[in-house]
Amino acid sequence: MSSLPDVVRIDNLNVTFATDGGAVKAVDGVTLRVAPGEVLAIVGESGSGKTVTAKTILGLLPETATAHGAVILSSKDGADSNDVLAVSKQKLRQLRGTDVSMVFQEPSTALNPVFTVGWQIAEGIRAHGEFTKKQARAKAIEILGRVGIPDPESRVDYYPHQFSGGQKQRVVIAMALVLDPGLIVADEPTTALDVTVQAEILDLLRRCRDEFGTAIVLITHNMGVVADLADRVAVMYEGTVVEEASAQALFSNPQHDYTKRLLGSVPHVGQGTIRATARALAREPGWAAETPVVVADNLKIQYPGRLGKPGFTAVDGVSFIIRPGEVLGLVGESGSGKTTIGRAMAGLTRVTDGSLTVLGHEMKGFKERAFKKVRSDIGFVFQDPASSFNPLLTIAECVAEPLVVHGRAANPAAARTRVNELLEAVQLPRTYGDRYPHELSGGQRQRASLARGLALEPSLLIADEPTSALDVSVQAKVLELFAELQKEFGFAALFISHDLAVVDILADRIAVLYKGKLVEEGTGAEVLGAPKDPYTQRLLASLPVPDPAAQALRRNELRVLRAAG
Amino acid sequence: MTAATMLAPKAPLWTRLPVVHQFRQSIGLQRGMLVVGLVITGVFILTAIFAPLLAPYGYSQLRDDNGTFGAQQAPGGAHLLGTTVGGYDVLSRVIWGSQTAIAVMVIAVVLSIFAGVALGLVSGYFGGWLDRVLVVVCDAVYAFPALLLAIVMGIVISGGRSDLWGGIFAAAISITVVFIPQYFRVIRAETVRIKAEAYVESARVLGASNGRIMFRHVLRNATRTLPLIFTLNASEALLTLAGLGFIGFGIEPSSAAEWGYDLNKSLSDVSSGIWWTSLFPGLAIVLVVLGITLVGESLNDLADPRLRSRRAPGNTGVVAATSVVPGGTLDAGPGGIDGLETGPLAPDPHPNDDPFEAK
Repeated sequence: MSSLPDVVRIDNLNVTFATDGGAVKAVDGVTLRVAPGEVLAIVGESGSGKTVTAKTILGLLPETATAHGAVILSSKDGADSNDVLAVSKQKLRQLRGTDVSMVFQEPSTALNPVFTVGWQIAEGIRAHGEFTKKQARAKAIEILGRVGIPDPESRVDYYPHQFSGGQKQRVVIAMALVLDPGLIVADEPTTALDVTVQAEILDLLRRCRDEFGTAIVLITHNMGVVADLADRVAVMYEGTVVEEASAQALFSNPQHDYTKRLLGSVPHVGQGTIRATARALAREPGWAAETPVVVADNLKIQYPGRLGKPGFTAVDGVSFIIRPGEVLGLVGESGSGKTTIGRAMAGLTRVTDGSLTVLGHEMKGFKERAFKKVRSDIGFVFQDPASSFNPLLTIAECVAEPLVVHGRAANPAAARTRVNELLEAVQLPRTYGDRYPHELSGGQRQRASLARGLALEPSLLIADEPTSALDVSVQAKVLELFAELQKEFGFAALFISHDLAVVDILADRIAVLYKGKLVEEGTGAEVLGAPKDPYTQRLLASLPVPDPAAQALRRNELRVLRAAG
Repeated sequence: MTAATMLAPKAPLWTRLPVVHQFRQSIGLQRGMLVVGLVITGVFILTAIFAPLLAPYGYSQLRDDNGTFGAQQAPGGAHLLGTTVGGYDVLSRVIWGSQTAIAVMVIAVVLSIFAGVALGLVSGYFGGWLDRVLVVVCDAVYAFPALLLAIVMGIVISGGRSDLWGGIFAAAISITVVFIPQYFRVIRAETVRIKAEAYVESARVLGASNGRIMFRHVLRNATRTLPLIFTLNASEALLTLAGLGFIGFGIEPSSAAEWGYDLNKSLSDVSSGIWWTSLFPGLAIVLVVLGITLVGESLNDLADPRLRSRRAPGNTGVVAATSVVPGGTLDAGPGGIDGLETGPLAPDPHPNDDPFEAK
């Protein structure tokens, strides 16, 4: 093994992009190497240059980029090596697929929807050598079987939409593996997937290394994924590698300040339990008997189907209450109906059956005119801070919007004093009010979004995945701010997230949704400490923790759980 | 980390004006196209404004102090570009013709833009049966040849033999009818897209009224592509006017100069070797359409970051804050063109991802 050269050696790589604002250096003097059969994780937050570095290995940089340095790529048997930055386009095409291949982030866009997966895999095979259609097909079936697609003989003729998200990612990995490359570059391979599916894909990638002997460059921002899979880790920050160490060493003894901060801001389960208990003890005795802010009773929400087909039931018989000043965390994977419940509470989606009472107002068959008064008592924070602000209005105008709509101020200028107070409450300088949304970073925008949600001092705040579009370090700060504001303003909140650890930090009680049904509800200590429902157990076990040793143990637990369930 | 992004000072106002802004960010061939287009269009507009000063004679002038001009005089002497078969001065007719052309463009675009935008906004925002009916009507209008419509209009307005304003309005109104669906389609499509944006939902959650959402949040974000259609339609308007004149439904030479009419009258000259009567009005039409189309096309290319060419960078460049847009890169540009262009842009970590949906 050791006699073989490194599959890829990056020497002093610099990548510069031409932009309208002048040249921008994205990668600055990066030197890395990957040994055969090794998993190197490149971690960093958005804009750190990790994806650009990885794409350079495949020569996939856009036209606006200029790269300097050397990227020496060796074939799996070590017989051939090339500098990717210097080879001709034709040679580069030969290298892609045979020496190095790529797994993309979003499996649904990486596959062409109008061809069968078998055709797409065969396309790659036939581009690199003489194969008859039959041989290529046989190879495609073999590789599909090896990545764990059941019944590959018939499923080879399926179209991408006939597979689930996790299976699509398996197909993408099969495409990458089929020519037996020495290196796979996996760009956020599990970010678009649910946490239970993520665990399966990580297992598959580990098998790639063990069975195929393939080295993997794993690009990710998720420290848990790193701990689960990586042998060695390179931490990137602002275009440079700030720390490089074995996974074990990095997690147990981080050297660089940035790494320490990054690891410190990763939320982990169990963080919020103490806080939640303290809050519960501080409540006044009569609190539990007060009128709840939100009551859902056997709530059912159905989306209408196409002509003749039955509708899709997104929420099926869910009951819960939110008391004044209480934070209910709603957790579930995509398609579990968690966002639908939040939208129904804000009057954006209609309730089909059952009952949903928000601040004493029945939402089933509600009239916008009657509900408008109640709206001033509800705040909403959206998932994507980039799109929840009108790009043509300044932040101050956006934050003033609720005040103007509800007649508390005649125009945005008149509301400015109040807007300034709100901006200060969310720790933004007043002058930021005169900026446009795109001039703020994601975290700053989400703060402004909180300010807008709180402008009318609502008694209920609905936060739909408010931190899932943010980097970990920014997420930690926004969550902290949220907790502070909740303490200060005392609003009740529905906090929706797919991340158990994030919900745990804030919520007094946690409700777990699975396929439209509420499977478990209780305090953080109950739900996360001793989950009763098998789905909750699986969800909890699938969540990778940022500690390689602990993660190895959890992996075995999960295997046992899966075998049992 | 959050406060680390320092902002570039705001550019002075004049550099952010529509055409100036695009001019400054263009390079190479794209800049060349834009400049040529701008120069031709500029000359055209100036000619129209200063026609009374530039033209040696009036558009319907047949004689001066020395008697009649004479028909089909070759270029030179008192008539720089010769005279037509009817005895008019070609140069004067070409110069005066630009006034008629610009009047049709302005009227056609102004009439269609307001109706088209208003209909598109309402149709896209409310949807339902109104939307379906309007879309079908617009599709039907698409199937209608503009010139045929213009002829009908010409007959309705002035019985076929038109004076200045009758001819201008016949052309302008027929073009309006054909253009409204174009504006309608573009604004409707944008409105449907923007309606699903989180900031519109956020306004709905706040309890803002439909009117407020439509005009404050949707309209201004939906009008991004209008300048492009605007320029392309202007050139189409000119072509329709010339077509009308050419087939004989144009404006009488005594009420205004019109290039299409002159071309029609010069048909018989071509075979007898008299080239100047057809060449110059024809050239005027071609150049104006070319100029306006060039401006439109280059604005279109420059508005799209994927089509815009940029100066190749050297090995130097600022890293630090400029390479980091925390919490999102290209997603950070909902400000449309503005959001992507002002302020330093981070390199796209997924260059293969399509930053915009397909147009």
